[in-house]
Amino acid sequence: MSIFLLKRLLTLIATLLGASAVVFAVLEILPGNAAQMLMGPDAAPEAVQAMAEQLGLNQPAWTRYGQWLAGLLQGDMGTSYAYGSPVSGLVWERLAVTVPLAVLAMAITTALALAAGVFAASRHRRWGDVGVMGLAQIGIAIPNFWFAILLILLFSVKLQWFSAGGFPGWSEADGGGFWPALQALLLPAIALAVVQAAILARITRSAVLDVLREDFVRTARAKGLSRGAALWRHVLRNAMIPVLTVMGLQFANLLAGTIVVENVFYLPGLGRLIFQSIANRDLIVVRNCVLLLAAMVVIVNFVVDLLYAAIDPRIQASDI
Amino acid sequence: MSVRLSSHRSFWLGAVLTSLLIACALLSFAWTPGSAYEMNMDAALQPPGSRHWLGTDAFGRDVASQILVGARASIAVGLIAVGIGLAAGLALGLLASARRGWTEEIIMRLADFTFAFPALLSAIMLTAVFGAGMVNAIIAIGIFNIPTFARITRASANAIWARDYVTAARACGKSRTAITLQHVLPNIASVLIVQATIQFALAILAEAALSYLGLGTQPPQPSWGRMLSEAQTLMFQAPLLAIWPGLAIALSVLGLNLLGDGLRDLLDPRLARTR
Repeated sequence: MSIFLLKRLLTLIATLLGASAVVFAVLEILPGNAAQMLMGPDAAPEAVQAMAEQLGLNQPAWTRYGQWLAGLLQGDMGTSYAYGSPVSGLVWERLAVTVPLAVLAMAITTALALAAGVFAASRHRRWGDVGVMGLAQIGIAIPNFWFAILLILLFSVKLQWFSAGGFPGWSEADGGGFWPALQALLLPAIALAVVQAAILARITRSAVLDVLREDFVRTARAKGLSRGAALWRHVLRNAMIPVLTVMGLQFANLLAGTIVVENVFYLPGLGRLIFQSIANRDLIVVRNCVLLLAAMVVIVNFVVDLLYAAIDPRIQASDI
Repeated sequence: MSVRLSSHRSFWLGAVLTSLLIACALLSFAWTPGSAYEMNMDAALQPPGSRHWLGTDAFGRDVASQILVGARASIAVGLIAVGIGLAAGLALGLLASARRGWTEEIIMRLADFTFAFPALLSAIMLTAVFGAGMVNAIIAIGIFNIPTFARITRASANAIWARDYVTAARACGKSRTAITLQHVLPNIASVLIVQATIQFALAILAEAALSYLGLGTQPPQPSWGRMLSEAQTLMFQAPLLAIWPGLAIALSVLGLNLLGDGLRDLLDPRLARTR
């Protein structure tokens, strides 16, 4: 197990290094230099030159890449051009919105998908199955940002139960608090979750159907276990492998989805920060945020791989 | 409820919706009920009626016409992005499968690596670097179709390479290229067609999201995504404006997905039985 773990960890580090190089290289070719952007189009060339020097933009690319990585290892992401404050501080602030949003959305996704998938499988080829799968088919087709707009139309414009956007903050000192903040994240999380849940429900259904055909399920039923007990105790656990794989992959989509949905609800999250920073040509912020999102995706999938072994003892390190 | 019947049903519903999408785009070249481009402030924000079937937007442009013209952007993005992904991904996947060893290892690790970047995030980054616009959006979406097609091509091609008739063909002295073209490609075509339909739907969703963020199709060219972002600012005055473009996207994606599912079941009856 330890050799397997070491191998996986090395792959993880190599992937993150590669990702950092790609992000850095892509943003190097960004037209319009940051110094020019900050000084405005009418600035004198000498002033722009001085600014570039101050920002360290005149050093060769590989030096700056090295400095960036060295800084990252010490938790220093550099200083934002546009905000003039440390990027790590900006990012932490935004993560307090994006991470709870993603976790909440994933929780809703899992609950909806498992319930719908198991229900559909237990009613295989009957009306319950056809109905739930029809709904899932529609759910997959709906763009999450449109669903977000529909939720706003219904709950904010018509019923006026929720505000149409914005985020009050987690601390009561800022005029927010735990419940108001959670309330502000609820509609965006539902918008993100419904589409993902539709995909996951289909996977869950077919995974459960596959396991239902296994001999051990027949044995469990034969020894007197009720249908429901067999389903929850034996089938679901064994059906979790494909479901978990897809959940790991979905997490990436969820993070990308937050960029769009945060824009719909004007939530001050990481996605909105990336989007604004691209508009501001605030390269340092963009590359750190993109790398951070990529790192989250890679690490989540790494954890999913480790979970396989925990769920199914038959899976040994060598199989993965 | 018989599976054959239900797959036929989803195939036909998908085919009808997809044809409708194509018909809308084609029709928009010849005729639209009003003007999708011409602004007329006197006719701004009209409710649906006989003159403007789906009403007008904040600039008095006919919404029904904009929806018809917007279908063009969706189809263009879908076709070209899937084309890029299919061409490059198919070539890489076939190469990986035919050569195995290091070539396969490198190509597949590269594909894995690309999955570390959520496609939409990368598309946002690329359109931001190279400028917002439909062409860049198409390329960005196309690039992220490549690893998907490479993976599925390699997986299906490897299964074909393991068949006895391929071993027989190799024993007869056929080259790897000849086997790839004569045996592997025809046998994996159905899988690729199904995947292409699904990627087409995903491309439409991605284009809509990029256009919603202002990074895709640029004004005055109508696109469903941007119509939604414009409608969002008018939700209190004209909530219906936020309904039509979303409905157009959802029906197109639904149609393509149903078509893909139906095709898979019809082209591969073995799969259909287990579903």
